[in-house]
Amino acid sequence: MAVYKRPDTLKKTPSGFCPGCMHSLATKLIAEVVDEMGQHKNCVHIVPVGCATLNLVYWGGDVLGAAHGRAPAVATGFKRSNPDRLVFAYQGDGDCAAIGLAEIMNAANRGENITVIFFNNQTYGMTGGQMAPTTLIGQKTTTTRYGRDPETTGYPLRMCELLATLEAPAFIARYPLTTPKGCRDAKKAIRKGFDIQMAGKGFSFIELLGNCPTNWGLTPLQTLDYMETNTIPYFVPGVYKDKFKDGVK
Amino acid sequence: MAKVLMKGNEAIAEAAVRAGCRFFAGYPITPQNEIPEYLSWRLPEVGGTFVQGESEVASVNMVYGAAASGCRAMTSSSGPGISLKAEGISYLAGTQLPAVICNISRGGPGLGSIQPAQQDYLQATKALGHGGFKLMVFTPATLQEAVDITYKAWDYAERDRNPVMILMDGCLGSIMEQVELPEMKEPDRTHTDKWSLNRPADSTRGDRVLTPYFPEALLELQNTSRARMYERWAKNDVQVEEFMLDDAEYVVVAYGIASRSAKEAILNLRKEGYKLGMIRPITVNPFPKASFEKLDYSRVKGIIDIELAIPAQMHDDIELQVKGRAPIYEYCRSGGVLFDDDGIYAAVKKICDGGAK
Amino acid sequence: MLSINETLCKGCGYCIKYCPKAILEMGSERNKKGYFFPHLTDAEKCIACAMCATICPEGAIELTEKEGE
Repeated sequence: MAVYKRPDTLKKTPSGFCPGCMHSLATKLIAEVVDEMGQHKNCVHIVPVGCATLNLVYWGGDVLGAAHGRAPAVATGFKRSNPDRLVFAYQGDGDCAAIGLAEIMNAANRGENITVIFFNNQTYGMTGGQMAPTTLIGQKTTTTRYGRDPETTGYPLRMCELLATLEAPAFIARYPLTTPKGCRDAKKAIRKGFDIQMAGKGFSFIELLGNCPTNWGLTPLQTLDYMETNTIPYFVPGVYKDKFKDGVK
Repeated sequence: MAKVLMKGNEAIAEAAVRAGCRFFAGYPITPQNEIPEYLSWRLPEVGGTFVQGESEVASVNMVYGAAASGCRAMTSSSGPGISLKAEGISYLAGTQLPAVICNISRGGPGLGSIQPAQQDYLQATKALGHGGFKLMVFTPATLQEAVDITYKAWDYAERDRNPVMILMDGCLGSIMEQVELPEMKEPDRTHTDKWSLNRPADSTRGDRVLTPYFPEALLELQNTSRARMYERWAKNDVQVEEFMLDDAEYVVVAYGIASRSAKEAILNLRKEGYKLGMIRPITVNPFPKASFEKLDYSRVKGIIDIELAIPAQMHDDIELQVKGRAPIYEYCRSGGVLFDDDGIYAAVKKICDGGAK
Repeated sequence: MLSINETLCKGCGYCIKYCPKAILEMGSERNKKGYFFPHLTDAEKCIACAMCATICPEGAIELTEKEGE
């Protein structure tokens, strides 16, 4: 009997992500939840623009590519006209917290019955490591060569805290993917979000703290230490909103 | 069926419902507001969905999502809002999804004015977004025609798996006319299993990826097949009204609201012996090229392009068809200024009398 | 039983870091893509905690119960 099996909702071929990239890890965890819920055929993965576009060829179920930042709007249109499907949008930090801020805020505020999984790795990975809205103060990127300066570029945007000010969302949580425990917590949160959606109970938002070894210029193992020291203290993990503390049903 | 008196925007909205449209997302902008207002209460009555989007950008992307689920979906806007929808329209075309986009146009550029104009012709026919794609663009001149076109719009969109544009103006959107509304249609949805992410319980299809992102070679193949589709449109799908062309010495070219003012002037000038006719494109893309080939250029002394746009936007399309066989004159107003009977009459008369350059 | 799909592995080393029994080690062989991949040094000591499989970004590690358990 399997104790731990690679999820069927992933293609059998290797992912296109860089070594140690947690996009790959996040995708795997979501696929595990979809498998556990028996939702492979019923699930629709709204794929954003960014590194996660690679999921067009890596994800094993139905996939719909969205324009940059518009995944929550695309998910809204799909879910409203096909309410029985499990619809989740996956967004990176540029997608969700910069160009798509209007879409995420308003989808959350309408309490759309969708799930948004937000992958925060503090950079624009696909385009080569420019400053993201979530880039940490002092963090060097290709557009902040001497480190992010809050005097001219503001401060890292905390999406969970921002969305938790809204009345409508049902569940908002953030977990880091740096440890097996963080991965398990993240998986539970994704499961909860999906359960809420399938019960027709509204909007859920799960932020996953991830890395970008390639553009941070660190080895995969070094990124784990970097995140423990820098990322996790600023983006504090935990549950930010939960209308279903005692379970969904 | 009995005729009813309806406002243009509402007539389009009701025709959309009867065509089987079950999803609408839009954002307020004058002069198209009656479309979302009407559909906000009408769609829920038939089990459809209305969403007031946070922007035109979000709205067209909601339509993209709804279309991807196999639903007949629509959005409407006016000039500035259509510019914002450009991204989503390009995505719809790239992903090969059917949808209907309605532009109740106004004066431009920029915020322009909220008064009726025809200043989005070039945008509609040449570049509704990045990447070089085309839509079928319909330009109704009466509310009955608008109803009939809207009713059939999804049939074209689903045949081609490409969005369709209805290009009207704020005048037609705001006036009231008698219209005969068609029966409520229950369109066949079984084919959606073949191209959308709809997955009915008995579906046997495999997992599907819908995206406008392709490997280069595949993208070139797709663009080539789309180019062939545009050629098929030019051959099979042109719609045009040829009005009093048999003996015409001067041929007016006008579409939409401009063609109505032009027709009035033509009829009045005919009474005075001026031999005028008109080519009225009902589809501006595909453009009615054949109508220009049929003209007897030994008789035709001039072509008169009449538009609510300065500079004239249809001029180049006309010139390509006339190929120097007759001089092309223009009479245009712009920015939300409409034609008046005296003005258009006098201008056309002056051209026929040889008084215009 | 722990199995590592070397074709999927990209050699990030997360599994090695989090193995509580310290029985995973990076090998000296490379896979088809050119990545080093880990192997078990002492299968008997594996407690099937699935820490390695959980954190593996590529889903390259699978665990099945040992026969007879």
